[in-house]
Amino acid sequence: MFDFYFHLPLWIRMPAQGLAVILVLFPLAAACSMAERKICAWIQGRPGPNRTIPPWIAWVPVIAPILQHLGVFQLAADGGKFVFKEDPVPGHVNKFYFILSPILAMIPALTTVAIVPFGAYLSEGRLVPIMLANVDIGLLAVFAVSSLGVYSVILAGWASNSKYPFLGSVRASAQLISYELSMTLSVLPVFLWVNAPGGHGTLSLFDVVQSQSQPGFLGGLWFIVFMPLSAFIFLVALFAETNRQPFDMPESEADLVGGFHTEYGAFKWSLFFVAEYCHMIVGSGVFVLLFLGGWNPLPWLPLATVADWLGLAGIPLAMGVLGIVIFLGKVAAFIFFFMWVRWTLPRFRYDQVMKIGWQRLLPLAIANLIFYALAIAVIQK
Amino acid sequence: MAVVPVPRKPLTFAERTYLPQIAGGLWTTLKHFVGPKDTMEYPEQRPAIPPNYRGVPTLVFDPHGREKCVSCQLCEFVCPPKAIRITPGEITSDDPAAHVEKRPQEFEIDMLRCIYCGLCQEVCPEEAIFLQNQYSMTGLSRAEMVNDKQRLYELGGTLPDAHFKWDKKKAAEEHSHSH
Repeated sequence: MFDFYFHLPLWIRMPAQGLAVILVLFPLAAACSMAERKICAWIQGRPGPNRTIPPWIAWVPVIAPILQHLGVFQLAADGGKFVFKEDPVPGHVNKFYFILSPILAMIPALTTVAIVPFGAYLSEGRLVPIMLANVDIGLLAVFAVSSLGVYSVILAGWASNSKYPFLGSVRASAQLISYELSMTLSVLPVFLWVNAPGGHGTLSLFDVVQSQSQPGFLGGLWFIVFMPLSAFIFLVALFAETNRQPFDMPESEADLVGGFHTEYGAFKWSLFFVAEYCHMIVGSGVFVLLFLGGWNPLPWLPLATVADWLGLAGIPLAMGVLGIVIFLGKVAAFIFFFMWVRWTLPRFRYDQVMKIGWQRLLPLAIANLIFYALAIAVIQK
Repeated sequence: MAVVPVPRKPLTFAERTYLPQIAGGLWTTLKHFVGPKDTMEYPEQRPAIPPNYRGVPTLVFDPHGREKCVSCQLCEFVCPPKAIRITPGEITSDDPAAHVEKRPQEFEIDMLRCIYCGLCQEVCPEEAIFLQNQYSMTGLSRAEMVNDKQRLYELGGTLPDAHFKWDKKKAAEEHSHSH
């Protein structure tokens, strides 16, 4: 059915796929802002935005009121507002870098998704990942590119030529360095396990999911059960990396007005937030792939088995969609967790952030690595 | 006063990891997440007005349909922000309420000045002005926000009267004249 697509030249297929993923990711990130508002409202005992509805949709029964109460049209109205409202550039900023930094924020945010697989289908008995670039450096590329996101924050703070944005960006850089180490160390045990002796060495996220889909007790176990401490350290570092509460030092609106984006408004401001939500989505995706079994619905129950039960194994499209739905469901649950934590915890003080990063998480990550290195050596012989 | 030293226990290991507290906090917010909402959908749902609420000041009729205000102007004098302006008027002798002698010819309350203090209601010897339940006053111009006499009576309506003091007075006068 889709054979004609695979006969297209690569230079058409690749941009088309990339565009398709961005066209899904960008609105998804925007929708996260509405989810954030609704979840915040529900946790605080409010209904949240539930009024906006365009008159030409209002006559639709059942569906229109549901969408209205979920604030879907508010999201569109907000997005439209960001596009059309005046976008002032303050007189005291460095104009070139001031305008460059929100653009720079989007680039790593939309690039990391290329290396994240979000589904799989069976092709001639072999599981093929659905992703933009199945490269062997996998996770390393995600780490490398997503860390570039902080440069836009630093650039924004510096170009704003104003003290609060500057303080925010200084905090962002310090925080990134502090938590990057623990994050990288925490995932090493996973790759020690995945790269069993005799196999080919890989950092690919697809292979991590594959090793959670093996038969047997340890083979089908998700890594969050097998390596809870790794998962915990990675989770905490992920919160810090994505500047989410309780680690949103660069923003901390209580003491820094708005942090790095104090001087920004309108569309440039919204770009920063779409980028932040993109980071959250990709970060959640990486967590799901590493520790929560990716597109496998349950531990010890790989996607291929379920597709077989449902009789979808022979239809690549149906199985791919099933995998993507399961994966996105897990990511959505994880993003809910991000927001749930945000509206539960107060912000850590700056010195506490540094203390947790360097004096608690880093030693813990190293001890965890040593323990699992020994344990895996014993198990895998 | 005696000084009571409060013992400060060192934090346990579990407390120092923050984790049990975080889990407890998440549980609390989850309960609020699924729990009933505390807010009111305002224009559709209206709050219950408690008794003795001080809303917009209004003028009232007595149960016989006589306007109770006799334009003594006490409320005008007592009004702290000077929101009330009364033009007194005579009651003509062919009126059934002629024995009351005076009624306001014009009565204006500027709702942009009114502070809803209720002193006018408190000072009124005729129980003619009441702060009732209406709490929402809107207008598109300053002139619209000044309630004139007709509007004040529309808002006030008729309230029960325990005394009928002017009727009693008239009856007493007629009784004494008959002797």
